[in-house]
Amino acid sequence: MTIDPKTIDSLAEYLESAELEAREVVKITDAHPQLTLDDGYAIQAAIRARKQARGHQVAGLKAGLTSRAKMKQMGVEVPVFGLLFDYMSIANGGEIRTGELIHPKVEAEIAFVLKAPLRGPGCHVGAVLAATDFVVPAVEIIDSRYENFRFDLVSVVADNTSSSRFVVGSVARGIEGMDLRTLGMVMEKNGEVVAMAAGAAVLGHPAEAIAQLANHLAARGEEIPAGSYIMSGGATEAIPVAAGDSIQVRFQDLGSVSMRFV
Amino acid sequence: MTPERIKFHGDALYQALVDRQPIVPLTEREPDISIDDAYRIQLRMIERRLASGETVIGKKIGVTSRAVQQMLNVYQPDFGLLLSGMVYAEGQAIPANSMIAPRAEAEVAFILKRDLDGPGVTAADVLRATDYVMPCFEIVDSRIKDWKIKIQDTVADNASCGVFVLGGTPRSLRGLDLSVAGMVVEKNGEIVSTSAGASVQGSPVNAVAWLANTLGALGIPLKAGEVILSGSQSPLMPVAAGDSFHCAVGGLGSCSVRFS
Repeated sequence: MTIDPKTIDSLAEYLESAELEAREVVKITDAHPQLTLDDGYAIQAAIRARKQARGHQVAGLKAGLTSRAKMKQMGVEVPVFGLLFDYMSIANGGEIRTGELIHPKVEAEIAFVLKAPLRGPGCHVGAVLAATDFVVPAVEIIDSRYENFRFDLVSVVADNTSSSRFVVGSVARGIEGMDLRTLGMVMEKNGEVVAMAAGAAVLGHPAEAIAQLANHLAARGEEIPAGSYIMSGGATEAIPVAAGDSIQVRFQDLGSVSMRFV
Repeated sequence: MTPERIKFHGDALYQALVDRQPIVPLTEREPDISIDDAYRIQLRMIERRLASGETVIGKKIGVTSRAVQQMLNVYQPDFGLLLSGMVYAEGQAIPANSMIAPRAEAEVAFILKRDLDGPGVTAADVLRATDYVMPCFEIVDSRIKDWKIKIQDTVADNASCGVFVLGGTPRSLRGLDLSVAGMVVEKNGEIVSTSAGASVQGSPVNAVAWLANTLGALGIPLKAGEVILSGSQSPLMPVAAGDSFHCAVGGLGSCSVRFS
């Protein structure tokens, strides 16, 4: 920690009000170049405290920057992690109001629901699969609060890894007999295919993102509790959306997820 | 183009293949060459290969991926013929120097149990006529110098076909939606691309229907027992001796290829 609690609180307020007012802001490292990754997570925790004080609940966890291309671009070896809150959840087939967002993008991913807690260090894909109750298809709507979606690692972590909205699909499956590496996803925007991927686009196996989350939390003396809903990170590239767009993602063996932007 | 010129260019491409010595683009020497001319040149090149003892064992679709279409600035697929001399078994090393400038691409191969006689072939007809599907690698190569191809060049050059390798496990299409089947491609153990079947005309099944209808209009059926390569779902990946590639397709198994 290189900054005082007051600065953390004020940066949390700066970023959270940008989110709630759908207004883009200058990235925090411009004014505070000395911020560390730990500071970023401390700011994220302060945002959580602000939301919880208002009665919102944590609905899940998420991994971000999970694709090789993104990690290379950011010069990192591990993904970043963020929080999903109850008000971010949109029903499958539902409407998303773009007036509440800044410059939303959508990405397709696989989400895990655990039946047993996961505790690092040393958590691995096998442990994640053993602790998985089921997987569901999901679409995350990310919306960086930073101008032009441009940020560094510390800034994006503080900004709760651009979390904004998420849509969970309707087909839940146990992972027995499923190969999540080769599970295909096809994203269509207004009926046209705009992105495709297989599960391996996320760290070679989507469960690897969950394992790294468990190991990340272990370093802070925490675990992933049983019952947690965790989004493993975008397998497809993030596709910009605007009012009037509709998105449908078809997942191999897991049905589809759709939403409209109004 | 006159029959003499057709024969001349077909023979030149055949010689380039045999000698592994690429030639300058036909589109530079014949600015007015049409796609029809190019297919006639392809036919001449194939005739030469058949005369040397090869047989036709299938067909391939090319120029299907967006990346290749943008490279050629052509937004329609093309086709070529698969010959008996193009087959390598999985696990068998392919000598990299047996080709000019080989590039690997991963796709899904169809093996037919019934003829498909276009036009009028639908996706349902393709499903009914398919015996099984397998992941496969096509190693494309260009007899045109430095891959400087326009659509007429690649068509004349048998859709830049080189050799191909079929994966080990045949699967029925029953219960398998190829459009959402994910594909993971690794080069030397590192993931280089992931995609899904929808990258090929919405589904590889659609691509095969397109081929049946396009060839049907020319009076050529897809025949029972033939191998049909439905088009690349990966980027074109340069190949050198010592490289190995692996592709895995959701619900379909995998295919490996290595170069010596």
